[in-house]
Amino acid sequence: MKRIGVYVCHCGGNISEVVDVKKVAAFAEKQPDVVLVKDDPHMCSEVGQKLVVDDIKEHKLDKVVIAACSPQFHGLTFMSTVANADLSPYVMEMANIREQCSWPHHDFPEEATEKAKALTNIAIAKARLDEPLWKKTMPIGKRVLIIGGGIAGIQAALDLGDAGFEVYLVEKEPSIGGKMTKLSRTFPTEDCAACILSPKMADVPANPNITLLTYSEVENIEGFLGNYEITVKKNPTFVDPDKCTCCDDCTPVCPVAVPDEFEEGLTSRKAIYLPSPIAVPHSYVLDKEACLGLFPLACTKCQDVCEPGAINYDLYPEEIKFTVDTIIVATGYDIFDATQKKVYGFGKYKNVITALDMERMIVYASEGNPMRPMGKRIAFIQCVGSRDEQVGNEYCSRICCMYAIKLSQLLKRGDPKKDVYVFYTDLRAYGKGFEEYYKRAQKVGVKFIRGRVADLIEDSQTKKLTLKAEDTLTRQIIESEFDLVVLSVGMRPNESTGKVASLLTLSKSPDGFLQEAHPKFRPVDTLIEGVFLAGTVQGPKDIPDTVAQASAASSRAIRLMNKGEYEAEPITATVDEDICSGCGTCVSVCPYDAIEIEITDGRRVAKVNEMLCKGCGSCAGACPSGASQQNWFKTDQLRAMVSAAL
Amino acid sequence: MKDNTKPKIIGFCCNWCSYAGADGAGVARIQIQPHFRIIRTMCSSRIDPELILEAFQKGAWGVLVLGCHPGDCHYKSGNYKTLRRIYLLKRVLKQFGIEEERLRLDWVSASEGAQFARIVDEMIETVGKLGPLEMKG
Repeated sequence: MKRIGVYVCHCGGNISEVVDVKKVAAFAEKQPDVVLVKDDPHMCSEVGQKLVVDDIKEHKLDKVVIAACSPQFHGLTFMSTVANADLSPYVMEMANIREQCSWPHHDFPEEATEKAKALTNIAIAKARLDEPLWKKTMPIGKRVLIIGGGIAGIQAALDLGDAGFEVYLVEKEPSIGGKMTKLSRTFPTEDCAACILSPKMADVPANPNITLLTYSEVENIEGFLGNYEITVKKNPTFVDPDKCTCCDDCTPVCPVAVPDEFEEGLTSRKAIYLPSPIAVPHSYVLDKEACLGLFPLACTKCQDVCEPGAINYDLYPEEIKFTVDTIIVATGYDIFDATQKKVYGFGKYKNVITALDMERMIVYASEGNPMRPMGKRIAFIQCVGSRDEQVGNEYCSRICCMYAIKLSQLLKRGDPKKDVYVFYTDLRAYGKGFEEYYKRAQKVGVKFIRGRVADLIEDSQTKKLTLKAEDTLTRQIIESEFDLVVLSVGMRPNESTGKVASLLTLSKSPDGFLQEAHPKFRPVDTLIEGVFLAGTVQGPKDIPDTVAQASAASSRAIRLMNKGEYEAEPITATVDEDICSGCGTCVSVCPYDAIEIEITDGRRVAKVNEMLCKGCGSCAGACPSGASQQNWFKTDQLRAMVSAAL
Repeated sequence: MKDNTKPKIIGFCCNWCSYAGADGAGVARIQIQPHFRIIRTMCSSRIDPELILEAFQKGAWGVLVLGCHPGDCHYKSGNYKTLRRIYLLKRVLKQFGIEEERLRLDWVSASEGAQFARIVDEMIETVGKLGPLEMKG
């Protein structure tokens, strides 16, 4: 005896303004096994959900169809609704009459109503054959891999380490800290970036629960939630951090000088160097590429002077393998490559620099040790590489307005005689204390001009730069000469994100950043179970948002691991042993090696390991006899759905 | 879709990429002709060739199978299996006298709502020209 209840949602007009929900309900009433049909303005509301729970009990419903939004939107909501009435969550089916009907077909209302009927009918056909399934309890450990040791990765590592979880923090650079270590001050409070960051960096190796792997890259990831097998390649630094005293005897004797990446190439460093003044681990490293002939060894000057004997040239990359239960991806961002925006002449004109260059210049200047002259007239150009379809970036990078406000007023307050201009598209001071900070910049005399810079020309003699822009507020063309032009470059996904994304099959959003599972309700989850996102890997954001997201990602990971067990989907594969001929086709298509052929009563039959099965249904799609089936997506269900659709 | 004067298309979408992409088209309010019905499976590799044949037999003018882009499969390699299977099935269809264009395999990521709309519109146009399927013999 099947008793199906069907509920048609108006979605507050989102559906009912296009689809005639009454006609859909009347259609559903005529379908076999349907004993109850209702429509409601908001099925997902508490009232709507209570309606379902009460009806299940009162009318003894054993199947429920909700014709509403996408199952990817409210599927979990309604699964728990029916579970609240003691039904299996897997006897609830959704007909997606919003995202896949009223929204893409509002220009065709009559056909949309017909389609809504068909989609409801497909869901009824599937529900009719749904079997009650229950989630399985699986064991899970407390080990986490965090990829990326910027402020996001550090925050997540500390949260998890403090909570008693076992953390592996992998960073590709020789020091953790990421881009934040390079910043002068942070907006809007103007805290010194290094001063607030370095204690956190120091906390990482001090935490007994954190294993820090710097100068290391994740080479391979296999497995799944609760059992991710990780392979990391750890590059040698050729300097033993336990022995290195950072005496700096090695750098004066090193004959090789290369641009210092920490200083954005504005100064040089030696082949053996300290990655940054606040580097963690605090140890010199030897740059293999720059060193004169490591293999074969041609110069041993640094080793000759190293008193503690910390330097060893005879080291090779090490492969480290370990297993974790969950993963947090925090691979961060790169700044936009300003050479792509040819009109501003970055890389060609010596007085055109990026804002990150300016951060370093301000750090040096504030220590009374200026890197280079800045001149008297300084202009900032906003939205370089952001909100610019010409370079393929439609998005706003969210931080550039605020850092330009910060840098410009640091310059102006440092020397009130300077003329500092900011040429902007829109000034976005959206955060806590941001608008106030913007007003402060205006008060100290920074001039904000609304207009995109159309042209930038260098005087070949004086190297001064002439900017042309239209002030769109006064409708005047501005043509003015500056000593220094600062490009407020936006964010783009970090180059190393691509490899991690492909190892974990994570999706990207159109802007190239990684896609969260749901933009509103699952902002740090991904569609891969047990994999979370923290910081700018998900999209441009400032430090407070990054830190908040890192803590959110750790708490989501803790939520999965803390109980020591988690609930796994029951939509795994099954085998009807009476029909199975033991041909092994399923074994060959299973991506998880979850099926094996065993001999039972002298016959070869396929056996599914439910712990390993992830429920793709590849085996059921390939089985020549129909013995292999996937729970919740059985062949007779799919056939019934096809029939109902046509 | 009892009316046989308009195209009837069955679309099989995988949960992780193409179904989300189809939702994305709706979220972006991209207008698509409504002559298609989506059936969701977890992975495109669940789609048994017999199911596609059944759709044709029951009156579908065309069948779309949409998966994740190669390399992006949520289940590592399901879409490659689909790719091989559809290739073979197209050769079988020919022998049945069914035009190859009535079956289309394509890739739609979770963020490609516009791509989904374009593929569906193209398919509607293609099978619209071919008309209803007449099964021979």
